[in-house]
Formats: sequence, C-alpha cells, structure tokens
Amino acid sequence: MSDEVTSREELLKTIDYVPAQQDLYKPNLEFRPGTWNYPANPKKMEHLELPYPREWSPPDLDWKLPENWKEIILKGMEERLNRYRSLRVYLDICVRCGACADKCHFYLGSGDPKNMPVARTELMRSVYRRYFTVGGKLLGGAAGGRELTEDVLKEWFYYYYQCTECRRCSVFCPYGIDTCEITMMGRELLNLVGLNINWIVEPLSNCFRTGNHLGIQPHAFADTIEFAVEDVEDVTGIKVDAPMNRKGAEILFVVPSADYFAEPHWYTFLGYLMLFHELGLDYTLSTYASEGGNFGLFHSAEMMKRLNNKIYAEAERLGVKWILGGECGHMWRVIHQYMDTINGPADFLEVPKSPITGTVFENAKATKMTHIAEFTADLIKNNKLKLDPSRNDQWKITYHDSCNPARAMGLLEEPRYIINNVANNFYEMPENTIREKTFCCGSGSGLGTDENLEMRLRGGLPRGNAVKYVKDRYGVNILTCMCAIDKATLPAVCDYWAGDVAVGGIHELVGNALIMKDEQKPRTVDVRGDPLPSVEGSEEGDE
Amino acid sequence: MAKKMLGGTEMEIDEDGFIQEPDKWTNAVAEGLAEEECEIHPMTEDAWKLVNFIRQYYIDYETAPAIRMLCKKCDLKLNYIYEMFPKGPAAGACKVAGLPKPTGCV
Repeated sequence: MSDEVTSREELLKTIDYVPAQQDLYKPNLEFRPGTWNYPANPKKMEHLELPYPREWSPPDLDWKLPENWKEIILKGMEERLNRYRSLRVYLDICVRCGACADKCHFYLGSGDPKNMPVARTELMRSVYRRYFTVGGKLLGGAAGGRELTEDVLKEWFYYYYQCTECRRCSVFCPYGIDTCEITMMGRELLNLVGLNINWIVEPLSNCFRTGNHLGIQPHAFADTIEFAVEDVEDVTGIKVDAPMNRKGAEILFVVPSADYFAEPHWYTFLGYLMLFHELGLDYTLSTYASEGGNFGLFHSAEMMKRLNNKIYAEAERLGVKWILGGECGHMWRVIHQYMDTINGPADFLEVPKSPITGTVFENAKATKMTHIAEFTADLIKNNKLKLDPSRNDQWKITYHDSCNPARAMGLLEEPRYIINNVANNFYEMPENTIREKTFCCGSGSGLGTDENLEMRLRGGLPRGNAVKYVKDRYGVNILTCMCAIDKATLPAVCDYWAGDVAVGGIHELVGNALIMKDEQKPRTVDVRGDPLPSVEGSEEGDE
Repeated sequence: MAKKMLGGTEMEIDEDGFIQEPDKWTNAVAEGLAEEECEIHPMTEDAWKLVNFIRQYYIDYETAPAIRMLCKKCDLKLNYIYEMFPKGPAAGACKVAGLPKPTGCV
C-alpha cells in the first residue's frame, strides 16, 4: 500500500541496469510485498465457473496446484500452439538481438533482467523448446530447453503479471514479435490451473452479474446518470437529456464504468453529455452494456469474447445503427483487433456515419464502432462546434498517448487535433515517449491494484519522468489521456515522480470549451466546479 | 479468510482488512475500522457524515456512490476527504462504511 512505498530517491537507488552474474534459466522465486497481486477470491472464480478455485498466496511454498497440473499446462500449450499460428511463430523466430531489452517500462523501473521482454518471453520459450521442438526434446538444456517445474510456473505467475501488455517492445522488434500475445498465453495457461489475480477476476464477475466491472446495478446506474445531469446543470444552467436503454436510438454509446464513478474520469463523462446535448444527438446509454473496458482481454480469449458480446447483443436488441465508444483503453484493442473475428460480423449494424457532418467512418466498416475522438475531431474539422479555448487557460496541458488507442488503433492525430482546438496551452512530452512509442502508465492489463503499488510506480518511472520534464520546462499542470485505467492510476505516478500534475480527459477539455446555445449566462466555473481564470479577479466575467 | 476483532465483534476480513460480512456492520465496527483508516479518533462529525452517506447508499443501491456525488451531497471537498481518510474515499471511507473493496479502472 501507498504508505509502505519507499521514497523516490531510495527507489531510484535500487535500480541497477548491469545485471548480476546469474543463470537466467534458474527460476526467481522472490515474492516481495509490493510486487505481486492478490490471487482471485475463490467465490468470484466460482461465479465464472473457472477451474480450481481455492485460497492460496504467492509467498506460500504450497500453491495447492491440482495433481496433474503439468499435464494440464502442456496440453494447454499444445492446443494453443495449434490454434494460434502467431504463437508458434513468435516462439520460433526470436534471435535474441535485444532490441526490445531496454524498451519495457518494467525493466527501466526495476532493472530486473527478466523484465526485458526478450527474457520474459524466454521463460515460456524455453519450455516450448523442451517439449515441442525436436532439438529440445533430444538435447534439453543444450538446445535452450527447460523442464517445466512448479518453480517455473511460479516464475511465470510473477512475470506475466509484471507485463501490462502495452506492446511498446513490439514497436522496436525487427521481427514484429508481439510479446503481449506471449503474456496473454502465459496468463491463459496459468488460468487452467486456477492461478489468477483478483483485480481481474472480480471485475469480470461483476460485469456478468451487473453489467459493469464496478458492480453498479441498473438502478444505481440510473441514479448516477441523473446526478451527472444535475452536475452539468450546475456548470451550464442547462438540463441535458441522458437517455438510457432507449430502443430505436440511432447510436449506442458505451463508456468504461469508471467514467461515471471515479475521479477524474467523471469530468470527461460530463463533457460527453454536454457535447451530445449541443449536437441534439440521437443516442442512448445502456445499463446492460454499461462497460466498455474489457478485463476479459487480461484473462483469456474466451472471457474477452463473452464480455465483448454484451455490447453487440445490446446494440442488436436496441436496434441502433452503430456504436460510439468513449475514452476507454483496452476496449479498443478488443474492438479494433479481435472483435471482427471473435464476435463478428456485426452485419445487423450500419457503417458509422456522423449524423452531424455526414462523414462515413470507413475505418470502422468491420466493427461498426467509432471512437469518440474521431467523432469529435470530425465535428471540429467541419466547423460544427463553437469553442472558447480560453476556458481551458487554467491548464498547461500535455498528452499521454494511452497505449491501446495509440498502438492498437493508431489514434495519434485526433486527440492532438482536439486539444489544439479546445485549449491554448499544449506541450508535447519528449519524442520517444509519445505516439506509438508512448510509455505505459505501468498499471494496465489489470495490475492497477494497491498491493502492487511499488511495481506500478516502478513501471510508471519513464512516463513520470517525461511528465516531470514538461512540468519543469513549461509548467505543465495537467496530463490528459484517453483511458480509464490511465485516469485511475496516473495520478499516483504523477504525484510520485513529478508532483502537482493533475490528470484529466480529452472530453473534459471539450466540455469546458464548448459554447452551448442554450446557455443563458457566461460560464463561471469549469466542469470540475473550479472558477474559470477569466472570472477570477473580475466579478463580471466579461469573456 | 482471516478474522479480526472490530468494535467488540469478530469479523471476517480480506487481505486489506475490508470486512466480508456487510450485514454485521455497526457503528462500533466502523470505529474499529477507523482506527486504521481514519486520521482522527474517535471519528469526527464530518467523517461520520461521509461514512453514513456511503452506508445508506450501499443499503439502497448495493454499491458505493460516485465520488463526485459523495463530495457534493456531503458538501465536502475531495482533498479534505483525503485528509480524513488518507487512502481516499474508496479504499478508506468505503472500508470504514463496511463496503467491499471497489475494483476495476478505479
């Protein structure tokens, strides 16, 4: 927990990039508090009918594995090698050139050589060689093979939950090996013997039970949205409409549940409501599809499929034409890269077309789902919004490319285009820390839990360092991003590594700048309820 | 699950001390939980206002209220909530109110 993490200076002293002489094939079994996540609550596993629910803890000697665990894992590996050509290719072709070695935020923040993506993958690759290649079967260790032992399995658990599946390493791999997919397979295999973490399994269980990861039930969802409408009214004087479960709406709007629960996500949610009111958009929220974030991605292909299906089943039930998605991170990896083949085709929907500008989003032809940053950037490009960027003058802004919208779907220009139109003070972080080379928040893929805080802060070092750079150089005081996990976890990273830098969303800034035609009085506060700079000091607020 | 004496009652708790039987929650249990989570003992009027609002919301809706709703309805600033409950409204105040630990993108 936070009060147990050492100071920034002390933590930096523990990072040594010169690895000690050691046998990398010997499993590392040090489960130090602060670097691992609690195992899943057996009750939550039972909700999902997951195998081998039980109480256990990583530092324990006995993990209470099923007797035939080794057989289960090897059979699971064989099935996956046959099912996914990519897995076999990724395991075969690495030449261990090391281009990825210093690209991982967990390696940079820990100095642990097994956090070099090449070495983390080698944990599984060595087992693959031993049991699935001729050389390894005959020569074992001499051919880089390694026996699958309980200790090896424990090491998998440690390191496959020290990878946020952010895919920065893949950007630099000359072969394009997607190390994230190795981590995904590692986690799938661990699941087969009941080894998983609560921060992933409980949200999954909640999602099935109530519609979202937070466990917010329909009547609470309705109450919360009603309160958001009141909150918008307090800022603008306008009572906006926020329709729910409305059949026949043109658009289904899906957001991560934290957007209507947590801080600072909330202000982005207000921004959405303000924008849609101003446009007179024919849309609906849904209590059944009240979650964009797909924690199934962090668990298994099957779970990802089951969760993603909810969004499309609801779109079909409500009879909407297409789906608009909010500022979510991992949802977009699922939609953009897996949706069409795992749940598709969504042929009951139409290719998304902006009812305001007429723009057809051809890039979303397969999934029928458009990202709100594309939607809003298109509105601005077509001069459909009246904006007052000075209403964001309280902020000196930088932008963190959230891993999945950036690397998984290439959304690099749209958020910047929006920020530059709704605000006056935008400063980029250094070139090798943004766009497709963006550094992860350090807490993605289900690792954002407090018992893992030391590792999260270590993983957040490169991002935090870049934030500190723009803070010191330009006086940046807010880091914007487009992912709910970012919004939840970057405040801790910014506090620890940079200090006094807030975190916010793109549509929070849009909400501030948006000039709404029904507004009777000049706005005096931003969506956070804080006085606008133009008002502070001049009571009249003549903007 | 571990057990712990809180306000004179033996309660089941998880790894972070969140109680597992919300029905057994009482004001005395809350004071017991607050010994770890709340800066001031016994809890102040504002701390009780916060905890009681969360508790009532949980009874009505089986979930914690949105953070913004909590601040506005109790008329307390978020940084003041952090002063009272250093782990914040979710991991601190909700714990004292006897709610389960919130999970997800929070």
